[in-house]
Amino acid sequence: MATEPTAAPPPSDSSNDGVRVVVAWLVLTAIATPLVAIYVGPLIPPGNGSVQAQGQVFSNQVMTSLITPVLCLMVVFFAYGLVKFHAKQREAALDGPPLRNDSRIQILWIVITSTMVLFLAGFGTYELLKDGAGGGQGPNPVALPANHKAAYPIQVIGQQWQFTYRYPRLGGMESNQLMLPENTLVVFHVTSLDAIHSFWAYELGVKADANPGVDNVAYVETKGPMTVHVRCAELCGLWHPYMFDNGYVVPHATFTHWAAHAAALYQSIKGYVNRPTSKGGAPFAYTYLPEPTRRAG
Amino acid sequence: MRVGIKLLLVAVAVAVAGVMIGLYVSNLTTLAGSPAYAVPVQNVNGHPVVNLEIQTVAAVGPKLSPNPDWVSYLIRTQDGWQRKTVWDLPANATVHVTIYNFDGASGLRNPYLGRPQGMVGNQILVDGKPTDAVDPNDASHTFAVPALGLILAIPGVADDAKNQCGYAPCPMANAHRTIKFTFRTGAPGHYRWQCFVPCAAGWIFGFGGPMQTIGYMDGFLNVKA
Repeated sequence: MATEPTAAPPPSDSSNDGVRVVVAWLVLTAIATPLVAIYVGPLIPPGNGSVQAQGQVFSNQVMTSLITPVLCLMVVFFAYGLVKFHAKQREAALDGPPLRNDSRIQILWIVITSTMVLFLAGFGTYELLKDGAGGGQGPNPVALPANHKAAYPIQVIGQQWQFTYRYPRLGGMESNQLMLPENTLVVFHVTSLDAIHSFWAYELGVKADANPGVDNVAYVETKGPMTVHVRCAELCGLWHPYMFDNGYVVPHATFTHWAAHAAALYQSIKGYVNRPTSKGGAPFAYTYLPEPTRRAG
Repeated sequence: MRVGIKLLLVAVAVAVAGVMIGLYVSNLTTLAGSPAYAVPVQNVNGHPVVNLEIQTVAAVGPKLSPNPDWVSYLIRTQDGWQRKTVWDLPANATVHVTIYNFDGASGLRNPYLGRPQGMVGNQILVDGKPTDAVDPNDASHTFAVPALGLILAIPGVADDAKNQCGYAPCPMANAHRTIKFTFRTGAPGHYRWQCFVPCAAGWIFGFGGPMQTIGYMDGFLNVKA
């Protein structure tokens, strides 16, 4: 025989619940925030391969530290609600007491969220302008590093499905290897010969779209010797998942040695590359709109 | 229905969907469109040696493909010329490659790729002559394995050459160019190879159809220990 469900007990004094939630939140926040700031934040990619990458790690560290109290509040609120307010077995579901406006809470909510958002906007803008973020800024970058005119230029050319690299200070030499001198401000000029690609040098914190006919500029300051994983980050066709290679940040002496070797390899094709575009060549330029498309429809 | 059973059903459905997606992606990125061909291996003084004979054709023909007008690579097997572009090769092997090209020139979009590299001596033999640069305008196709640093441009048959091949497989009596080179496979791995010449007639920028379908102008080297 079915029994009638029992009525829910009358609601308790909600002010006690509020105090408990706030206290639990403050305690959890006081514990979790330093842990996240010290141990989790630095683990967030891309690492410290360049000044810009280090800046990104710092930005991620700050943002996760700021998010932690918000996350703690949600966790505490939901956990407290589940434990304290869940319906007992065979308890009838009854509506709670009516909610009424509390202007103090509303103002507090608006002030806190607005302050956080405005702070992050200001912080993000400052970080972007300070060292640049490693992202492509288009042909006319706004965030310029202090000594940007001395930056070492390297052109990144995307094509289906490989990146090649040209070094204008080495006579426009092209190579399928990305080699970077250590502790050097580098300016990448990223472009494409066909589809849209994206040059993503992970450890350097660089990501710049490679668009045909566009010179997308990204600054990065290398640090010590390391291997850099380069990937295409824009779906570009059949072999997009295989469009990756390794770049290397090396000591200046190693870079000079490599440049001499690469130049020797390049020598035999140099004459063909430096022919006028109308004759199938591609003298160094910041963008290329190459022919032929003889068989294209 | 009890909550536990519902959760179990959801978990099973998610697992099945995950496995199916995984199989689909795996198939798509490895062997789709072309079964692997185990290239015969010779043992020379304890060292694995492979002779790879391939041909490039302007139109693969109705015998070898449902897309007879597509440009394609073919490989010589014990059963004759086949349209298979996924090849099993031994690791640390010497691979002697002979390419017979029956196709005309399309030209390279990036002239730098006319510089042969990644093979022994960074040189190729074109019709018997050592070459360390192919005129980008004369390139018909490339054979490139980017992960091995291997790339070479394949010169095309002259536009006015007599006795040009129609549909593949093309007999040696047809006008062709012969390219030879040697490379080493190195460590085991799964390496894609491709053509960099935009040679897919009728497709935007010449990079659709056979250029985006494994089994024609792209494939894999399955380098096995």
